Amino acid sequence: MKKSINILFFLAIAAGLVSCNNGNDQRGTKGQGGLASNAAERVYVAPGEHDEYYAFMSGGFSGQLSVYGLPSGRMLKVLPVFSQNPENGYGYTEETKPMLNTSYGFVPWDDSHHPDISQTNGELDGRWIFINGNNTPRIARIGLQNFKTEEIIEIPNSAGNHSSSFITENTEYVVAGTRFSVPIPQKDMPINEYKGNFKGSLTFISVDQETGRMGIKFQLIMPGFNYDLSHPGRDKSHGWFFFTTYNTEEAHSLLEVNASQNDKDFIAAINWKVIEEYVNNGGGKMVPANYAHNVLDEHTHTATSTMLKEVLTVNPMDVPGAVYFLPTPKSPHGCDVDPSGEYIIGNGKLSADLTVHSFTKMLDAIENKKFDGEAYGIPILKFEDILAGVVKQPGLGPLHTEFDGKGNAYTTFFISSEVVKWKVGTWEVLDRQPVFYSVGHGMIPGGNSRKPFGKYFVALNKITKDRYLPTGPELTQSAQLFDISGDKMELLLDFPTIGEPHYAAAIPAELIAKNSRKIFKLAENKHPYAALNDSETKVVRDGNEVHIYMNMIRSHFSPDNIEGVKVGDKVYFHITNLEQDFDVPHGFAVIGANNAEMLIVPGATETLVWEPKQVGVWPFYCTDFCSALHQEMQGYVRVSPADSNIELSWSLGED
Amino acid sequence: MKKTLTIFTVLGVLLFMGCGDGEKKNTDPYEKSTPTEQTKVVSSVPASQRVDLTNKGIGPIKNVELGETIDMEMAAKGEEVYKMNCTACHKVDKKFIGPAPKGILERRTPEWVMNMILNPDVMTKDDPLAHDLLLEFNGSPMANQQMSEEQARQMLEYFRTL
Repeated sequence: MKKSINILFFLAIAAGLVSCNNGNDQRGTKGQGGLASNAAERVYVAPGEHDEYYAFMSGGFSGQLSVYGLPSGRMLKVLPVFSQNPENGYGYTEETKPMLNTSYGFVPWDDSHHPDISQTNGELDGRWIFINGNNTPRIARIGLQNFKTEEIIEIPNSAGNHSSSFITENTEYVVAGTRFSVPIPQKDMPINEYKGNFKGSLTFISVDQETGRMGIKFQLIMPGFNYDLSHPGRDKSHGWFFFTTYNTEEAHSLLEVNASQNDKDFIAAINWKVIEEYVNNGGGKMVPANYAHNVLDEHTHTATSTMLKEVLTVNPMDVPGAVYFLPTPKSPHGCDVDPSGEYIIGNGKLSADLTVHSFTKMLDAIENKKFDGEAYGIPILKFEDILAGVVKQPGLGPLHTEFDGKGNAYTTFFISSEVVKWKVGTWEVLDRQPVFYSVGHGMIPGGNSRKPFGKYFVALNKITKDRYLPTGPELTQSAQLFDISGDKMELLLDFPTIGEPHYAAAIPAELIAKNSRKIFKLAENKHPYAALNDSETKVVRDGNEVHIYMNMIRSHFSPDNIEGVKVGDKVYFHITNLEQDFDVPHGFAVIGANNAEMLIVPGATETLVWEPKQVGVWPFYCTDFCSALHQEMQGYVRVSPADSNIELSWSLGED
Repeated sequence: MKKTLTIFTVLGVLLFMGCGDGEKKNTDPYEKSTPTEQTKVVSSVPASQRVDLTNKGIGPIKNVELGETIDMEMAAKGEEVYKMNCTACHKVDKKFIGPAPKGILERRTPEWVMNMILNPDVMTKDDPLAHDLLLEFNGSPMANQQMSEEQARQMLEYFRTL
């Protein structure tokens, strides 16, 4: 008996020691020392502790942008960008509907692909993140103080906005290239007259460094190829931008065969500084266009949409020295530039090898005019002259390459379903790891910058199959986290993602978390329908429009009894959240609303339209559990017949 | 044998204590949200009617000197601040969501009033009187409206005029 007690105490002491060690473990040193092989330990973020990185993953065909913590793989938030979001009313409220306006009218969905974080001097600065809408060409800017979509600009003369949105190293430009070439300007013409008549636009959108506001500086009107992906030059190649092309055959049908004929397609090298100078000196041609520019005002909490009517186009032939073609084998997809700016990697989807171009050799060939013919007047450089090296037969179906800042590159292979690590400069393969399954993009935090944070690699996989519990025929998407701090890549974690995560961008949490806003100040609220205190609450009729100036605080609406509304009225609930404390949003929902609920964060005003169709007394309530009396946070609207004489009245807490 | 057992027991206890005293204690957010045991103040008088002119509450305000006469300029500013930030829950002279500010200085110290405005989360949790007020007012929390000390002081002056 005594012996067993003794053993128990030994165990207790041992447990005490172990728990002490765990408690003293510092986040930054996790995965070091004796526990280095413990994958669980390395992705474990203890309750209440924070992840080391924010990872922004494209929401793919959900149209949104999802935010994950790394290394835990925990989803923190889905940020609505191009699609309506009933969870908070984005795209449903009067304030946010203009954000989704386009020249095609209200477009409440898109296919989001490639997020890119703003940079200063080639390093991530955490001010904004940009992402493209692929289907109805748009670029969005999300402010990382509020984690809100603050601006969306439509791209005219574009179709399938795929080689987007990538930024230059001081966020001078966000660049958007078209995947489809189309008639520019659009017109009614036979499809089979594509060749020579369709054009591809590459759009350079300038970014105001103070406000982040975007404006199209110029559109380069290129030959009718398909512009697949792009990346900026950096450091020594800053001032250049590189786009992969496919379908240099200019096929318009059965592209899987007809666009795979040429032995080599091109990477288009664009010297945007030269074009910028040309444009600044009055160059280019202003042409009619029609595209939406939507901007959220932080003080009115309201977005406005402006239709812009012209855009400046540039013919590459008019700007000598602006555009060159770098021959690149077999339908290159990814177009990636290493942190030094010297190497431009073209991943020929249908090629067995990776092609690495040298920026220095490219400049040399240009200077010595060593051209190998031209395409539509654009000089083609000689493949052999600009080649830095070839990574020989590393795998099948190369797509994208990322860099760790330590001289290594990581290329994803879709067909052979693996990630291959190779050495920049010697082109030797150092390691390969299988992924599950069929990886598209890969992502290293800061991978598209001069200073990558080479600790993790995230594989964004296209096929999920059996990786999680089955959920019928439709599955979630899948990402995988690798530790790349050692010689060999180590798989640490699988985690599910939304939509189809194309590209992603990640940044050390410390660069963003410290700037994150907690509340909007009521004193700065300039919403025209805000009721900033109780004396400003009212209900106003304007024809059949009824405007309710309402506010809310734990745990009531003011007013909460409204009479005099009639069938056929269009009722605007303008609601201000008077709370000034962190994490006290309130929600609002009213019976039969044909849109959504809305979530109103402290200090903000939002508006939901309700068109009552039936006589009666109808309830509304707070949807976000806000306090012990949340369930009491409710009210009524009396709806009378259309011909009723009942006057508008409103009250709170009176009989 | 017994001796070893005692030694191990002592050693074990010390080790566990060592854990508990770690720095982590202060940073663990779960510490905060664990319900603390409240000292039961048994009183038949409702908290809103209790008079306590010694308790200064918990918060940044340690000492307030009230002037002989009311500073009307400051009070006017206080009235503005009050109207903008407090009227959703407080009416001047009658109970609404929360208690009326009229006559508050007959029952509370100036420091207590300002700490209640500036530090309501901690007050309603750790100040026995504020805690009882929270219960009396159906658990409606006193919202933290992020007032500055200056604004709270202005409101205090305004309350003197009521």
